[in-house]
Amino acid sequence: MTVTTLPLAKALNESLRKAMEDDPKVLLMGEDIGRLGGVFRVTDGLHKDFGEGRVIDTPLAESGIVGTAIGLALRGYRPVVEIQFDGFVFPAYDQIVTQLAKMHARALGKIKLPVVIRIPYGGGIGAVEHHSESPEALFAHVAGLKVVSPSNPSDAYWMMRQAIASDDPVIFLEPKRRYWDKGEVDTGTAPASLHAAQVAREGSDLTLAAYGPMVKVCLDAAAAAAAEGRSLEVLDLRSVSPLDFDAVQTSVQKTRRLVIVHEAPVFFGSGAEIAARITERCFYHLEAPVLRVGGYHSPYPPARLEQEYLPGLDRVLDAVDRSLAY
Amino acid sequence: MTPDADTVQLLTPEGELVSHPEYHAEVSADGLRELYRDMAWSRRMDGEGVTLQRQGELGLWPSLLGQEAAQIGAGRALRDDDYVFPSYRDHAIALCRDVDPLHLLRMFRGVSNGGWDPAEKNFHLYTLVIGSQTLHATGYAMGTAKDGAEGAVLTCFGDGATSQGDVSEAFNFAAVYNAPVVFFCQNNQWAISEGNERQTRVPLYQRARGFGFPGIRVDGNDVLACLAVTKQALERARAGEGPTLIEAFTYRMGAHTTSDDPIRYRDSEELEHWRAKDPLARVRALLESRGWADEAFFADVDTRCEERASRLRTDLRETAEPPPGNIFAHVYADGHALVDEERADFAAYQASFTDREAK
Ligand SMILES: Cc1ncc(C[n+]2csc(CCOP(=O)(O)OP(=O)(O)O)c2C)c(N)n1
Repeated sequence: MTVTTLPLAKALNESLRKAMEDDPKVLLMGEDIGRLGGVFRVTDGLHKDFGEGRVIDTPLAESGIVGTAIGLALRGYRPVVEIQFDGFVFPAYDQIVTQLAKMHARALGKIKLPVVIRIPYGGGIGAVEHHSESPEALFAHVAGLKVVSPSNPSDAYWMMRQAIASDDPVIFLEPKRRYWDKGEVDTGTAPASLHAAQVAREGSDLTLAAYGPMVKVCLDAAAAAAAEGRSLEVLDLRSVSPLDFDAVQTSVQKTRRLVIVHEAPVFFGSGAEIAARITERCFYHLEAPVLRVGGYHSPYPPARLEQEYLPGLDRVLDAVDRSLAY
Repeated sequence: MTPDADTVQLLTPEGELVSHPEYHAEVSADGLRELYRDMAWSRRMDGEGVTLQRQGELGLWPSLLGQEAAQIGAGRALRDDDYVFPSYRDHAIALCRDVDPLHLLRMFRGVSNGGWDPAEKNFHLYTLVIGSQTLHATGYAMGTAKDGAEGAVLTCFGDGATSQGDVSEAFNFAAVYNAPVVFFCQNNQWAISEGNERQTRVPLYQRARGFGFPGIRVDGNDVLACLAVTKQALERARAGEGPTLIEAFTYRMGAHTTSDDPIRYRDSEELEHWRAKDPLARVRALLESRGWADEAFFADVDTRCEERASRLRTDLRETAEPPPGNIFAHVYADGHALVDEERADFAAYQASFTDREAK
């Protein structure tokens, strides 16, 4: 029997363990990931079992972590880097954007950089400043990077395995408020492709598209809407770059309405890109303009205000109402 | 800044050998003639870069003039299994690694953003973001040590780069993990228009001590000293004794790049002071005083350099323009749906012109 029920963080842990067992070149690097097992315990027990040579506690230097991971990848390793929190990735942003993303192309494909950068991201846990951000658009804008975010334990397990197997650098965004959510993980079943969207709930009146932490909010919204006789389809995008526009198109051609939900600020966010492309592809199918629900153009607010900032059930349903009113 | 008494020098500007308690010059007639040939070709090839830029064949060229001894000394200290992470001015080290100079020229012509296979010659791509490569070198060296491989890693950067956080992070990572990496700083006194006094309050080589590994200053215009010091640092690294910082104290005789105007920030006296320390002249003086080379030798070196430069010029001019579709080549190793879509759109758009022309 290969099906177990695990919290998302533990699913990631199992995934990392399996990847390390399968391939001695897989290394973990980051701050406090060794004996502590990471501040979210995602690497719990791996230091004990694989040793400090493969689960590397690093100096507190994000640029250093990513920069040396690049060097290790050039030497044939497959480093999986942990950035402790979303807001602390920026010292490494230079290495990620100017070096990691471009080196494969600069070497005309001769070198590969299979580096995974794990970032616990997003809000909803009442954290202090710099601990709740959603930087996916900043990475998706950069050619050479892939950006993914699982929404449930099964995807967490499999998408991590696939990200590590990928020869491209992958920004792996872990929805930190879902770390403790449990779900079934079938470690024996072949998964969907890393970049394929999946229908999380079928519906016929409108499509809600989301990824990571917002998928659950959308599923809850769809359940609430069903009570009022509305049938909402929920699409779990799973990958922000590349983005499965075909899946969005298929769903929108069926439902004729689209609301995109993410935690990051709406302005210049991934929702804008989806809206533009779907408008182009589905102009004659749409019954309403594509709507977006997300964060405001403000710094992530103090924890006591984050419920105002984050899209919740009501804001999603409000957008659904607006769309259906056209 | 002036070098202090600790600076390692084995060959004076007048071409006289001096002894040093720790480092010893390797001097044989053949060896010295080879070093001279290397430096002469580096200088000639570099001069060709400047000329080609002036003729509009290159967009930009960062000249190494004045830094031949530092680079040939370091480059010839390397073993085949050592790996180099260069900056953007390290053409002579590239030549030591047998990298086709055409690659370097093509990069500054705008044909590629690198374009060679780093693993083929153990010579990584040039890095234009100041100091970034020191971290790549350190990570690579950490991997070398993990693999139990013998090679060491050499990484090059300028005095200005030492102000970047990445270089300090690299020093620290290298020390903490005892990585087999040699940090080779060519202190050519200037970071574009900013002198050393805008980068540091302490001599750069002394920084290493704070990170827990040795730092050495060497006369960067003395090829024998650069060779000896780098060799020993690489051997230390290979022997598992960890990193070393070498500060090659030298001078950039030309402009920062062909778009720079050094007259605005430095005076001719300084230039003359350093001209008297020319790296080639002192080797030539030694070769002559030992009777190891005559006029015919130097004439032959010049002729060969001219021939090679002329071939290089022709080859560069015959370089084909990259096909426009190259924009989409190698963005991802595993492919990307958006790139595929844009590549197809682009091809269709391009084809629309050909179709119209055909009509
Ligand atoms: C991060 C970064 N900032 C600024 C620049 C622009 N820049 C190019 S070369 C240079 C000076 C570098 O001086 P130094 O490190 O001493 O090396 P040198 O050019 O003298 O060999 C500057 C400021 C850059 N390339 N990268």
